[in-house]
Amino acid sequence: MQPGQVAIQARQLAKQYRIEQGAPRYRALRDELTQWAGAPLQSLRARLAGQPQPQRLSNRKLIWALKDVSFDIERGQVVGIIGRNGSGKSTLLKILARITAPTLGVVDLYGRTGALLEIGTGFHHELTGRENIFLNGAILGMQRSEISVKFDEIVAFAEMEKFIDTPVKFYSSGMFMRLAFAVAAHLETEILLIDEVLAVGDAAFQKKCLGKMNEVAGQGRTVLFVSHQMNAVLELCPRCLWLDRGLLVEQGDSRAIVNQYLRSGISNSAWTPTDEAWVENNFFRPTRFALVDADLKTLQREVRGDEKIGVLIEGQCQTTSSAVNIGFALYAASGELLFWSFHTDTPETDWPVLRTGENRLLAWLPAHLFNEGDYRIELNLSLHFQEWICQPGVNAPSLSFSMRGGLSQSPNWLSARPGVLAPVIPFQLL
Amino acid sequence: MKKTNPPVQASLAPTGQTPGAAVHIHIEPPGRWSALELGQIWRYRELLFFLVWRDIKVRYKQTALGVAWALLQPFLTMVVFSFFFGRLAQVPSDGLPYPLFTFAALLPWQLFSYALNESSNSLVVHQRLITRVYFPRLLIPLAAVLAGLVDFFLALGVLLAMMAYYGVALTAAALTLPLFLLLALATAFGVGLWLSALNVQYRDVRFVLPFLTQFWLFITPIAYPSSLAPEWLRPFYALNPLVGVVEGFRWALLGAQNNAGPVILISSLMVLFVLVSGLFYFQRSEKFFADLV
Repeated sequence: MQPGQVAIQARQLAKQYRIEQGAPRYRALRDELTQWAGAPLQSLRARLAGQPQPQRLSNRKLIWALKDVSFDIERGQVVGIIGRNGSGKSTLLKILARITAPTLGVVDLYGRTGALLEIGTGFHHELTGRENIFLNGAILGMQRSEISVKFDEIVAFAEMEKFIDTPVKFYSSGMFMRLAFAVAAHLETEILLIDEVLAVGDAAFQKKCLGKMNEVAGQGRTVLFVSHQMNAVLELCPRCLWLDRGLLVEQGDSRAIVNQYLRSGISNSAWTPTDEAWVENNFFRPTRFALVDADLKTLQREVRGDEKIGVLIEGQCQTTSSAVNIGFALYAASGELLFWSFHTDTPETDWPVLRTGENRLLAWLPAHLFNEGDYRIELNLSLHFQEWICQPGVNAPSLSFSMRGGLSQSPNWLSARPGVLAPVIPFQLL
Repeated sequence: MKKTNPPVQASLAPTGQTPGAAVHIHIEPPGRWSALELGQIWRYRELLFFLVWRDIKVRYKQTALGVAWALLQPFLTMVVFSFFFGRLAQVPSDGLPYPLFTFAALLPWQLFSYALNESSNSLVVHQRLITRVYFPRLLIPLAAVLAGLVDFFLALGVLLAMMAYYGVALTAAALTLPLFLLLALATAFGVGLWLSALNVQYRDVRFVLPFLTQFWLFITPIAYPSSLAPEWLRPFYALNPLVGVVEGFRWALLGAQNNAGPVILISSLMVLFVLVSGLFYFQRSEKFFADLV
């Protein structure tokens, strides 16, 4: 086992799926039989009528979930697989895990391989925690002797000593997850394929899971780790593969690739009116609404949690009025309103004074405020308690941005937490 | 994050793997037909054990009647058959007490029909497992078939008690019972392989099942002896593998003078055919199970 030895070698991997539109993937034997029995008749009829032969596959669509993917992974490397939904990450993992077969290409895996595509697979709610540990362990590919040896360790990791002989149907979902992860975390194969299993449980348990993952990564085993959480990828995987629409876009150093991946996110980050007469008024006629980075350049990528984001509002004033409120409304991806903000939120003495003519207003959304996720921002203009110029949700232009990674520098905070916001609030000892 | 990697811990690898003799897994697109990989079943025997164990455990945990149910089912069938066929219709029974005659046949039948029901739906029931973890898919219908053995042995106990009641003693022929049990299991497994694989692809197979089971019950000599079939028909009749199984059971357990030798031979060949073709068909389809279920 010299370092540098290949653990996984994939060559021109491709996977084609057949999608039957408007129909379930499986078929009825009845249909098959009638089709089979009726086919000669149909084709004869078609031939007599001089029509083309009926196409059996006409309503089926073929898609390539994976195309021409080749890579080598050396023994002991921990490699992340990143990409958007539907990019083929899971398909790749399923091929490597031998759950589904490739349509083309070959893979060679050198070493005992285990896959964690889900935790708790095969758990049965009627069985006790103890019974499920053995059952689940066997399903994941552990030997019975191996499970026996690790049994106490698994129970201790899950913190389940008291309930280990209780049927799991009486467990809370959190307890269930803990036990399931504990078994999975003790799968010690030479090659380990992991799909987002960390996204379970409460924050404390997630932390523990990531800690365990870190430990696994440091043990010299070969790990392939699919994740949406760039933080976790950066933290755990020195190297990564980037898939997009089934193609391997890039592979190599994680830091570079994650940045590239984040930059690739095409964002809707600037707006200008298409119509000169848009919201015609004398007080503030918006000419530009944009999200900018620290250099005041329009954002063209996903944002990291440790970056501040500038909200730039430009507009024409013909008449100045202290009744004008210029601001924005911020929404979470769910559509929930997070807050409104106006240039008049401070004491009146600190308000920016608008001039007649062109005005540029800039507001910074602080770093370490938002969680990973997508956000929407709408322009919010009004004459205080008089009338709307741009009303959020009615006629306001909207922009969006995506937050990925950079949530915290804490070694204990690697992946996105639950919640819309993720502020880093310093604590002090009194 | 940069950590120096210690060598892979060979001690954690099972079955004394040495670094030099590491596992090599080769994955390639499936051909239409490939050689059977039955060695896989042996390699995954522990998982098979756990799957069977789980099926049995859950089965007896969930049903209120539990063990009683396993006994009641064949017993009541036997009572009904004895009354209508044995008493009223005066169906011949190879010179044996009719209840014994029919119960000995119900043993393998129960095993078979249970296995048929459980295995044909087994892949669909276990779709989560199939789409998340790799293991030889054969284990799933096989476990479903083997889980029926508990019921079988319970019912066998009842039969032995009934034999004592009727004063029918076991003979040396009883030593061949394991062979006939194996034949019964092979039949159930062979048919189960076909049906389970078909059911993944065509979900209406389960609608055919009740009819199939009923039909099969009638063409199997459970309520009547196979000697009722005319001489010329018997070789064809024996193409139903259960004919050989049932006559074998009667001969082995009850010492029935049913001259079943040729029938058993034909049935055995048929079982072999169903089993081997089922294995090939299953193995050919299993590559696509995860994409279909």
